[in-house]
Amino acid sequence: MMEILSIIGYIFLSVGAVFLLLGGLGIFRMPDYYTRVQAGTKASTLGAMSTIIGVAFLQPDWAVKLLVILVFIAFTNPLSSHVLARATYKMGQKPLSKENIDAYEEVDHSTSRKPVTNKTTK
Amino acid sequence: MQTFSVKDFFYSWIILFVVWLGFTATLDIYEVLTGLLVSLVIAYYTYKNYSHKGLNILMPNKIFYTLKYLLVFLRALVVANFDVARRVVSPKLPINPGIVKFESQLQSDFAKMVLANSITLTPGTLTVDMVENTFYIHWIDVTTTDPGEAFTAIAKDFEEILIKIFDK
Repeated sequence: MMEILSIIGYIFLSVGAVFLLLGGLGIFRMPDYYTRVQAGTKASTLGAMSTIIGVAFLQPDWAVKLLVILVFIAFTNPLSSHVLARATYKMGQKPLSKENIDAYEEVDHSTSRKPVTNKTTK
Repeated sequence: MQTFSVKDFFYSWIILFVVWLGFTATLDIYEVLTGLLVSLVIAYYTYKNYSHKGLNILMPNKIFYTLKYLLVFLRALVVANFDVARRVVSPKLPINPGIVKFESQLQSDFAKMVLANSITLTPGTLTVDMVENTFYIHWIDVTTTDPGEAFTAIAKDFEEILIKIFDK
């Protein structure tokens, strides 16, 4: 029984490792900032999740805690990539696009393109 | 000042207690009692920030749709992950990036947040911004710039279930 669990766990771990590797390769190969964010943060979601599930199979005692970590990854991962992409656009970096597909241009960015000054907080 | 809502309070208490059980991962009587007490105190001070729906969200049919949503989402996640992986290893790098937009019918802020996060977690699409009900999505392989068709391709499956969970 334990052996079957170990084998399943190692399969999940291997799949996770492959997807994390592909995520890294994606950062290396993608042409511009936004596509790199895509590859770096998200080709790795399945990688991280699969790795954690694999660990849960190898160490069943930790399963509940690992589930909590999984939920936290699911909540924080999209938030960080969204904020990175949005902030970069607001700083004036246009996405690379063969046919100039950029619907986000229509939004008023005038308030956000001012150079950032360090305000002293009181 | 908002009046004390029993439903919101109990909802926060239950959720916090479940999280406590997850972290301690034991059913030892003292641990459980401590958890009940601690989550009671925290729920009392923070329940207003946790929920706008209260216990309604724990109704059986909503739990059923939540599970269904998880299945639909997991399937989309796996399919899209393989799709992006295929693009990354393919020598020609077959991508056509761009930012498209579409309108969502969702009403509550929380439902829109879940939809935006789901779209971002699904590889290939990334929520750049949301203005009112308009989503701006960075799409790694743009097949259409029409808002209606983009909605069908990216968010239709998610939204149909989210409406049933949150906007009723």
